[in-house]
Amino acid sequence: MVRVQDRTKESFQRLASAELAGLYSLARRLVRDGAEDLVQEALLHAYRSFETLKADAAAGPWLKSILVNVFRDQLRRKARSVQELPVEQVENFSLYRTLVEQDPLPYSDTLHHDYLQAFSKEDVREVLMRLPEIYRAPLVLRYMDGFATKEIARMLDTPLGTVLARLHRGRKRFESEMWAYAQQTGLLLRETVT
Amino acid sequence: MTDKHGLIPCSDAVRQLWDYLDNAISPEDQAKVDRHLSFCRTCCGELEFAKELRAFLATQAADEIPPDVKARFERFVQDL
Repeated sequence: MVRVQDRTKESFQRLASAELAGLYSLARRLVRDGAEDLVQEALLHAYRSFETLKADAAAGPWLKSILVNVFRDQLRRKARSVQELPVEQVENFSLYRTLVEQDPLPYSDTLHHDYLQAFSKEDVREVLMRLPEIYRAPLVLRYMDGFATKEIARMLDTPLGTVLARLHRGRKRFESEMWAYAQQTGLLLRETVT
Repeated sequence: MTDKHGLIPCSDAVRQLWDYLDNAISPEDQAKVDRHLSFCRTCCGELEFAKELRAFLATQAADEIPPDVKARFERFVQDL
């Protein structure tokens, strides 16, 4: 284990090396292109503020937090206003009900489970990339990386209420995009054939 | 929104299910959702699917990195 009291370049290299897979995976869930650039910028920021790391056990979340800060700043630099989705546009969609009504896997006894299992990690990533970043990031950080909502609000510098609202809309949008993606790509037909 | 018996409609129950699973709603709202679930089979199905989808999402976070990408990052850190 890296001793963070020893803040040499060598100790940073050892620490970073152990966390590279986690950082890169998170970056690929946050951005379609530029995951490597995002990780490199995060590593640069982390090295410059190495002394702020308080405890060995916090190294992973600390690096991820820096990466999310860099991601947030990149979004701001784009100066692109992302419009909030109207509530009613996503509120009424239920993947659970849609599956019951449309029954896309008529021979399945465990329809909902089998439907989810048809999605590979790359399919899930493609679905995530269909979401605007303001919905994608909270969803990824909460349900894939396990950050608490308060922590997400701090990392994204966004009020907690806004994060909660975006999580709700992001979940709904994710469900509706899962359905649309499977329809458009013939995902379930692929599963049936193989 | 509740009716005169204090019951909430399916739309309200479903809207709160993920927060219900996170224990992120008030005890009063939790009791309303519990009461709704006690008689609504469809929303019980929604709840089970929400649990399954959450578990599914959690499995997507596996840390993976191609060896060549890792090697580039390690060279980058060496050059800092």
